[in-house]
Amino acid sequence: MTEPLSSPLVLCSLLLSVWAAIGFTGLIRPASVAFAGRTLFSLGALCGAALACVAATSLSASPEQIVLPIGLPDLPVHLRLDGLSAAFLFLLGATATGISIFAAGYFRRGEGTPPGLMCLQYHLFLASMGFVLLADDAYGFMLAWETMALSSYFLVTTQHRIPEIRSAGFLYLLIAHIGAIAILLSFGVLQGGSWQFTFDAMRGAQLEPAWAAIAFLLALFGFGAKAGLVPMHVWLPEAHPAAPSPVSALMSGVMLKTALYGLLRVTFDLLGEPLWWWGLIPLALGLFTALYGVIFAAAQTDMKRLLAYSSIENIGIIFTGVGLAILFAGTGMHAAASLALIAVLYHALNHAFMKSLLFLGTGAVLHATGERNLGRLGGLIHRMPWVAWLTLVGALAIAGLPPLNGFVSEWLLLQSFLFAHELPRAFVNMLLPLGAALLVLAAALAGYVMVKFFGVIFLGQPREAALRTAHDAGIVERIGLAWLAIGCVLLGLFPTQVIPMLSRVIQPLGFSGLSLDERSWWLLVPLPQRQTSYAPLVFLAVIVAVVLMTIAAVRFFYHQRVRLGAPWDCGFGRLNGRMQDTAEGFGQPIRHLFNPFFAMVRELPSPFDLAPRYRVVVGDRIWRGLYLPLGALVRRIANAVAWLQQGRIANYLLYSFVTLVVLLALVL
Amino acid sequence: MTAFDWVAQILGILAALLAAPLFLGWVNQCRAWLQNKSAPPLMLPYRGIRKLFHKDAVIASNASPLFRLAPYVVFGTMVTAAAIIPSIATRLPFTRAADAIALVGLFATARVFVSLAAMDVGTAFGTLGARREMMIGFLAEPALLMVIFVASLIGATTALPQISELLATQSLALYPSLAFTAVAFTMVLLAENARIPVDNPATHLELTMIHEALLLEYSARHLALMEWAAALKLFNYVCIGFALFIPWGLATSQAPFVLTLSLLLLGAKLVLAGAGIALIETVSAKLRVFRAPEFLATAFLFAVLGLLVRLLLGA
Repeated sequence: MTEPLSSPLVLCSLLLSVWAAIGFTGLIRPASVAFAGRTLFSLGALCGAALACVAATSLSASPEQIVLPIGLPDLPVHLRLDGLSAAFLFLLGATATGISIFAAGYFRRGEGTPPGLMCLQYHLFLASMGFVLLADDAYGFMLAWETMALSSYFLVTTQHRIPEIRSAGFLYLLIAHIGAIAILLSFGVLQGGSWQFTFDAMRGAQLEPAWAAIAFLLALFGFGAKAGLVPMHVWLPEAHPAAPSPVSALMSGVMLKTALYGLLRVTFDLLGEPLWWWGLIPLALGLFTALYGVIFAAAQTDMKRLLAYSSIENIGIIFTGVGLAILFAGTGMHAAASLALIAVLYHALNHAFMKSLLFLGTGAVLHATGERNLGRLGGLIHRMPWVAWLTLVGALAIAGLPPLNGFVSEWLLLQSFLFAHELPRAFVNMLLPLGAALLVLAAALAGYVMVKFFGVIFLGQPREAALRTAHDAGIVERIGLAWLAIGCVLLGLFPTQVIPMLSRVIQPLGFSGLSLDERSWWLLVPLPQRQTSYAPLVFLAVIVAVVLMTIAAVRFFYHQRVRLGAPWDCGFGRLNGRMQDTAEGFGQPIRHLFNPFFAMVRELPSPFDLAPRYRVVVGDRIWRGLYLPLGALVRRIANAVAWLQQGRIANYLLYSFVTLVVLLALVL
Repeated sequence: MTAFDWVAQILGILAALLAAPLFLGWVNQCRAWLQNKSAPPLMLPYRGIRKLFHKDAVIASNASPLFRLAPYVVFGTMVTAAAIIPSIATRLPFTRAADAIALVGLFATARVFVSLAAMDVGTAFGTLGARREMMIGFLAEPALLMVIFVASLIGATTALPQISELLATQSLALYPSLAFTAVAFTMVLLAENARIPVDNPATHLELTMIHEALLLEYSARHLALMEWAAALKLFNYVCIGFALFIPWGLATSQAPFVLTLSLLLLGAKLVLAGAGIALIETVSAKLRVFRAPEFLATAFLFAVLGLLVRLLLGA
């Protein structure tokens, strides 16, 4: 290290430390919203923007390492910044900027936890996510990983006086820790007998294929639990509605991506050469997760639960891409593997922006109306135009519509699916195109979900009288939303600028990368030999031009008046908000079509009921079929070993003695 | 790109704009003949559009700006699609702006805007139509993707112009896989364009309609744009079908003679396709809404059959 302060790694770690420092500053005046909320969160946003800038400049720089003499004796903390870390740091910084700006305006009344403490937890969460991305040894990684889990647990349980929120937080913490155990075990396998837990040692370790596969599966399980891969997804729909909206945005937009980072780091960096068949597992799980998530999203009536399930869907899409990348990399199809991995990174970036935007949008709605239930919302586009139009950008983007960003990454992923038939493996090459069809089904269903989400909240008539007095978000919150919305638009319009950067990011991981034609900055041709092209700018330009020309022509030729009238009510008198389709109604075709997925409990009225009542509760089959029996089993085992606890000191001394004897026998 | 390319491109867009209502009129006329009714005039769709443009628009008092913007956006996306699809020539300036998958995305954009606009006023019909339209959409898209997949296996690209050029230059090679996918594509075309057996374009019976329920609140110029956009959508889908399955006669250069010839051939193909659609609509019955998934699942299976034929037999 010759020039310490100009080194991006030092800058990044300094900025992350500044985040932590900002958090602790909040404790000076913990009850002050103006200080802890406004000032410190704005500073945090600045810090995020700086981090994004530093990370963006070091995307293609050569990796650098530092060893910090902190931590336990003989266990210094290793930090390393390479392209992959920088890409995810950029994601963290850029998304956190928008979220922090929004949060500066959002935490005005204090939500249970005093704002100063909230500020500490929030910024520690940010800093720990950053250190997860920088860590270069298992010890440092796990330390940051656990700090991230704990700080986010306290953020989830901000309103800890509500029992449901406490139990949601507990579920989250439980699954986070089961995942962390798997990750720890995976690192244990990865060190390969050298007992060196730095990532450098793991890169050098020669693992037998069976052990490598075990390490990969453990990592997939551990990181999958954090990311929300089915069947470890159950915490997401509980934790996201419980947390304050900026925290949901961070968790869904960024924290899930740290799990993706971990999996990519282990698979493509620490394990070296992945075997092709490993890819089948994330691919199958990913496709199932995508479909499962989106189907449940369509059936939800709570807007934040709906978004949580939509996050599960997007994680599914991302893991599908990871599976494809492994599959192609393991069979030596470099162009296809690069395409799939770039699609993965691109989609992670896109999802960070669009899902944060949507969660913040729900936060603004929640503040304005106090309602999370879709059945009590509606018509908010009139009262909250800013939030509505900015959220519309996010909704269209996540529905995968061109020319916004969600489409680009899904398009890239489908393009890589088109290589599937060239795989030199029988059956797999025929089944994979069906996987592409599943992916498209999930993407198209996401459109359905977003029409439901946006339509029920913002369009139509207000379903409650109180909604007529809802207020739009404040100026600070609008800036936060606009930041993320602009990110969605730019990522959608300039894939030709983003893809070469991502291509340089994956090259050190043993991928060939894609060689785009640098001259055509408007036309995206990912693979010259395929001649397939996509030009989002032309798309947008033509659509906008045609729309403007049509408006001008209509204005010029036909200037007929516009009269306002009542909507068509079939002659039955005045319509009211309760006559619209509800969120349940909008989910009905999905419940009907995908009936086997749902565990539904229906209460149907009989013809003779004086007060007829129709009720349907949609449950998660995996929760009932897997988690409840698992919980019962744990309880039974606990009861069975409970007889050990006799409450007499003589017995406990006996246990200690027996343990000692057994251990001595083992050691000697 | 020369100036002449741009002239050809603009001519192509104008041709699509003008031909779309005519094609709809032709389908309606054929259907009337087949059903032993006296046929409406061929030019009726034009008259309808013209009449609507001359009226005062009535808009629900609680409609948002989205409601008034949506017809323009939908019309704009359909014109964009018409510019991208190689309907007359394969080497026009805009044909490279999107491949077949992006075209599907473009149609999805239009569908989402139509559905959002339908939900905007907050009537029961609007939301009902929106949810049915989105349901048909997500059922049709996987089948459509499989069709594109098979075509891209043959052409090694998802770009429509390249696929049609390749297929058109081969000496009348018939692909069995393409025959299967053509059936699948026709079924998707019927479903996406609100034709029988999925929807009935002639009905205003509340319980069965999809497309008409979406447009119920529109009037005058907004309705005209929506109807025109719907006609363009049908035209676009038929042209995608031509590009994939009967690409012969598409101009690969911009010579005026070739373009004229290709325009004439397009007309001939449209006459046949219109008669075909009318025939299908006459001999089949409208399905219940919840039978539509079965219809589209059949389309999907046909496309998968095409894929298997291509992968297993290489045919």
